[in-house]
Amino acid sequence: MARKPPAEIKVDTFADHQVISQPNPLRKMVRYAEEKEFDDPVARAEQALASLSGEFNDWMRIECDRLSNAHAAIVRDGLNGENREELFRAAHDIKGGAATFGFPTAAAAAESLCRIIEHAPDLAQVPGELIKHHVNAIQAIYREQSKINAVGMADELSKKLRGVADEYLIHVNRDRPEHLEAIMSPSIVPEA
Amino acid sequence: MFIIDFNKLRFLVCDDNAHMRRILRTLLHSFGAREVYEAEDGATALEMYSHYVPDIVITDWSMPIFDGLELAQMIRQPEGVGNPYAPIIMLTGHSEKRRVMVARDAGVTEFLAKPISAKGLYQRILNVVANPRPFIKTKNYFGPDRRRNPNAAYIGVERRVGGKAEVMQQPSLLDKARSGN
Repeated sequence: MARKPPAEIKVDTFADHQVISQPNPLRKMVRYAEEKEFDDPVARAEQALASLSGEFNDWMRIECDRLSNAHAAIVRDGLNGENREELFRAAHDIKGGAATFGFPTAAAAAESLCRIIEHAPDLAQVPGELIKHHVNAIQAIYREQSKINAVGMADELSKKLRGVADEYLIHVNRDRPEHLEAIMSPSIVPEA
Repeated sequence: MFIIDFNKLRFLVCDDNAHMRRILRTLLHSFGAREVYEAEDGATALEMYSHYVPDIVITDWSMPIFDGLELAQMIRQPEGVGNPYAPIIMLTGHSEKRRVMVARDAGVTEFLAKPISAKGLYQRILNVVANPRPFIKTKNYFGPDRRRNPNAAYIGVERRVGGKAEVMQQPSLLDKARSGN
């Protein structure tokens, strides 16, 4: 599997740092093509993703079930490091994947839940209802997706949850400036 | 126009979520890539990195055993046995500016926030293939130059001392191709 060693490396040394340059090892991967030869790779990929989309509903169900199971484990066994981590991972995966699967408002609700887990000084002190409402909302958004007006309601629901969660986080982090800054700084993801 | 021969590129994809790996694999294959290796945690990814010597690493941040940030730090070991220069694209649900800075300081080359898009991924790959940045080594950093755009009007703290850094840019691939050299 070994590839050729990198081409000659040039090192310029300064008082407290070095600048290291090497000929671009990936240069041979780029070439000039005539326009007629150009087959838009992005369009091709979008088409491939569209072909895969028939599976997205199932995938979302699996992710939602994982979140519900993680929450149920906390309710049943009490909070511990392991189930806290699993709740975060499940919510985080929905935050990252749900919009691709066609459930952007579930992603927003999952992001709100992630922020609670990440920024609450003590997750055990977070009102259980706040976490439960997030988990239930994500499930409901998934289940009701196809119903009339569901999109508008889901959007309103996730915004409301985020508002309540932010209010709580700002209050409990009032003496933790680094968390307050993170909570209040905007996401780098542009709004859809 | 310039195109990437994806069929010559070797990718290592690392994400603990099987659905996300499938999406990434689908996108990369449809771009034309043939060699896409997959790992579901940082430890396996590091092992595969040494074994397969990928051209480009695409990694998630949050993963079991060790995460994508730690993976980047382990790859960026100038004295290590593996190639410390491979481009690392971090694809993550973490979307706060603070996270971008942390990833950058770990030696990540490009940052792509989920939800993933074909266009976003393609642009990051094009950037690392066509416009590589020189590497900087300091007492506490080794990785691609964090100064993407030299700014003459910069008024912040100067972190590099010892004279003006004569940054040796790796020539832009597109410029080279255009000039025919």
